Amino acid sequence: MFSNVLIYFVIIPLLMLGGFFLCRDIKQIRAVAVVGSTALLALSIWLLVDYLGLRAAGATAPMLYCDSWTWFAPLHINLAVGVDGISIAMLILSSIIVFAGSFASWKIDDARHFFMWLLLLSTGVFGFFISIDLFTMFMFYEVALIPMYLLIGVWGTGRKEYSAMKLTLMLMGGSAFLMLSLIGIYYHSAADSSQLTWNILEIAANGAITTEWQYFLFPMCFVGFGVLGAMFPFHTWSPDGHACAPTAVSMLHAGVLMKLGGYGCFRVAMYLMPQAANDLAWIFLILTGISVVYGAFSACVQTDLKYINAYSSVSHCGMVLFAILMINTTAMTGAIMQMLSHGLMTALFFALIGMIYGRTHTRDIRLMGGLMQIMPFLGVGYVIAGMASLGLPGLSGFVAEMTIFVGSFEHADMFHRVFTIVACSSIVITAVYILRVVGKLLFGPVQDEHHRSLTDATWWERLSTITLIVSVAAIGCFPNFFESLIKFTFSPELFHAIGM
Amino acid sequence: MDYSQFLAMRQEIALLVVFLLVFLYDTFMPKKALAATASFSTVLFGLFTVASFLWGNPGEVSAFAGMYQTSATCVAIKNILNVGVLIVLIQSCRWVNGEFMSIRRGEFYELLLVTLFGMYLMISARHFLVFLIGLESASLPLAAMVAFDKNRYESHEAAIKYMLTAVFSSAVFMMGLSFVYGLTGTLYFSEIALQLGNDIDPLLVVALAFVISGVGFKLSLVPFHLWTADVYQGAPTSVTSYFSVISKGAAAFAFLVILVQAFGTFYSTVWEWMLYALIILTITIGNLFAIRQTNMKRFLAFSSISQAGYIMLGVVACNAHGLESMMYYILVYIFSNLAAFGVIGAIENQTGKVLMTDYNGLSKTNPWLAFSMMLAMFSLAGIPPFAGFFSKFFIFNAAISQGSIAIYILVLIALINTIVSLYYYLLVVKAMYISPEEPQIATFRSACTERLGLWICVSGIIALGIVRFFYDSINALGAGLNAPDTITNLLNMIG
Repeated sequence: MFSNVLIYFVIIPLLMLGGFFLCRDIKQIRAVAVVGSTALLALSIWLLVDYLGLRAAGATAPMLYCDSWTWFAPLHINLAVGVDGISIAMLILSSIIVFAGSFASWKIDDARHFFMWLLLLSTGVFGFFISIDLFTMFMFYEVALIPMYLLIGVWGTGRKEYSAMKLTLMLMGGSAFLMLSLIGIYYHSAADSSQLTWNILEIAANGAITTEWQYFLFPMCFVGFGVLGAMFPFHTWSPDGHACAPTAVSMLHAGVLMKLGGYGCFRVAMYLMPQAANDLAWIFLILTGISVVYGAFSACVQTDLKYINAYSSVSHCGMVLFAILMINTTAMTGAIMQMLSHGLMTALFFALIGMIYGRTHTRDIRLMGGLMQIMPFLGVGYVIAGMASLGLPGLSGFVAEMTIFVGSFEHADMFHRVFTIVACSSIVITAVYILRVVGKLLFGPVQDEHHRSLTDATWWERLSTITLIVSVAAIGCFPNFFESLIKFTFSPELFHAIGM
Repeated sequence: MDYSQFLAMRQEIALLVVFLLVFLYDTFMPKKALAATASFSTVLFGLFTVASFLWGNPGEVSAFAGMYQTSATCVAIKNILNVGVLIVLIQSCRWVNGEFMSIRRGEFYELLLVTLFGMYLMISARHFLVFLIGLESASLPLAAMVAFDKNRYESHEAAIKYMLTAVFSSAVFMMGLSFVYGLTGTLYFSEIALQLGNDIDPLLVVALAFVISGVGFKLSLVPFHLWTADVYQGAPTSVTSYFSVISKGAAAFAFLVILVQAFGTFYSTVWEWMLYALIILTITIGNLFAIRQTNMKRFLAFSSISQAGYIMLGVVACNAHGLESMMYYILVYIFSNLAAFGVIGAIENQTGKVLMTDYNGLSKTNPWLAFSMMLAMFSLAGIPPFAGFFSKFFIFNAAISQGSIAIYILVLIALINTIVSLYYYLLVVKAMYISPEEPQIATFRSACTERLGLWICVSGIIALGIVRFFYDSINALGAGLNAPDTITNLLNMIG
């Protein structure tokens, strides 16, 4: 079991959990957090290099590093792992954000328990991305959800009890639908009832789910994951949750956890039930189209920095689901790029907002101004994040959104065209709210004289910020690399099954 | 008469021996030694539990002209109950050793063992008279146990309520039996099934409704649940915890046996739909009422009502999968619920506080108690990686294996209800961890027996799910059944 590299993505966070338990003071806790998250980052980069090496050497299996260990034999439940380019991209994203998040929480209260819950959350996230067994995937998915309740409830700000409860209940509500559809998939996973399986690859290869059952199971599955992907009208947990969460949690949640939704929609709902996905895509296209535009408009009228960014996340994550539903290679590649891009960029946003809030003790943009003069480092970081968000070439947002809209426009019919254009318009609205905030917050006159005495970023904050900025720029400058990483994984069967 | 058939009842007989030893100890030992009644009984019961695991299984034997039946499955469910009782006994040591209990320590154990004996009979009975004896001896002594706090008004009130409803439900049950007897002329489960054939008689439907409501009272299914909250609140906490897990577990299994063995042919025509209605009502109403409770014991009463609804999902599946996951669910539920009651008991014994608001800020003063309580709540709510997640998943999975679209809807309703239940379980976590108010309960050190009980429960909550051994062992009971989704195999598994 321990010879498989993937399992260490779960073992390292668990070891860190144990490590925090033994720590005596804050220094040791920080040390464990830094060492552990660096190890995760190193591991994911090594995995990337090794994966590309294997692909270059001619490995053609859809998933590499596959392994399966029996767990509950009578129910055919295995602990099955395996990754393709998309999972690796997600693993790298998660480890970058865990790394940056550890530094962003340098001064948190009650650090031991904070990091323990944070790492439990990370365990769930990493476990989800390496699993190819529906049961373990779902288990890790839920493991990632529940620590949010305590992280927001205990360490959050504002209306934290309300937000934490709302977030948890809505996400668990989604997972109720999800659970039913996963069990349904299991019972239709093979034509022969003794061959039932939870393994995604085997289910896809069997292709035994009849069209009627797909119609029944697909909406539940898509909505189940879609709740976490902040799909309209199930997005309402997201602004409240993000606004009240502590910095690292917002980063991890908007950066990684919301990607679980998109990834799940893609990997489970679309991949296993392609026929229903093709036929029912229009319903969800409408909903995600609304998410994209509605999120952007909502962000325009907010005055709380975190709310602005949370609604912006609704819009951007809506774009991910929107692109997945286009069901063609270009748009789907764009969707994965958007996941990466939005994950990094929004984490950067939330990190900076947390740092600014830690100094000014307000997140209301009407009460702040001229921060560029006072804290130039944070200011520049914010501008970069903003530019990535509104899609400036050279940064990640441009690459992702460009690919998505090119892909969407490949559909020649009226319905898709209209929705593509509508979704496209969100780019303009994004520019409005980003520039409004940047202008007001960073370049306007100083609103509060007390702010003049504030200091710029400390070294750990700089480290956290720079890591994210470098990653955002890397995607923007080397899109081909990421595209080639992702592209191979669009296994032909998916499209073959629906006759494309 | 073949006396060797008594060997089939070896668990019952060993339990009677334990009962007699406790009784003799309590009656004839000098006053000084009586202080050790609690430890004596607990250790004795612990030995019995171990022995019953090792030598309790006589294989599949039918004794006393088929009135009594034992099999690996029956023995396993009895063993599961034994483990639960042992934890209850460990947790209650402090309460029993208290000043107040000094003159009637032995009685607690005697009454408890008698009710356990009754439950054994319920599980193994294959004739309605034997079942009735089991049912009565499992119910009536419980009323005395509920009234144990004789200086507390609520305790009396609860006992009377319990007594009346228990007797009433028995009466209803017997009414149903008399109809069944009138239809078939026999009270043997298997004979009833043969005599009834496949024809639906209106009288049979009424009889089934009476039988189901009679057992429903024991299981506190809605709408037969009205006694539950008051009794749980009024009874001493140790008795409540016994009530909530052991008597529920036994009744659930017996319920399955009756429905499948005596009325199995009418599954899809009659009682499947009755159970649907009961399950939906039980889960929903249990959950909705739990939200508003402020007393922890009442709160857990409603929570356990809704849990009984989830347990019934294993019955409604009506296949070996359902039985296995139901047994597993009961096992996990025993550990989770006893962890919650262990914390409540420890706090009540120390401070006398049982309100949810008293738990505000508990994590600051008593982090371990708060932690155990949180794990218990997570496990009851079905959050991974704790055992409750696995048991919930498996029981939903088992229910769906039945395959009809109706069961998908039923499971969906149950799943949506888990969200409601998550809400109120989180309320407890919120009180302990998030509530900004000053802690109400000062730091204290609970008794070592209470801590031991909690340790057992907490390790169970963590290990029962992740470690596959437990589910595999339960599944092994049905090993050799090639198609686990037919009613014949379910019958084979029950024995």
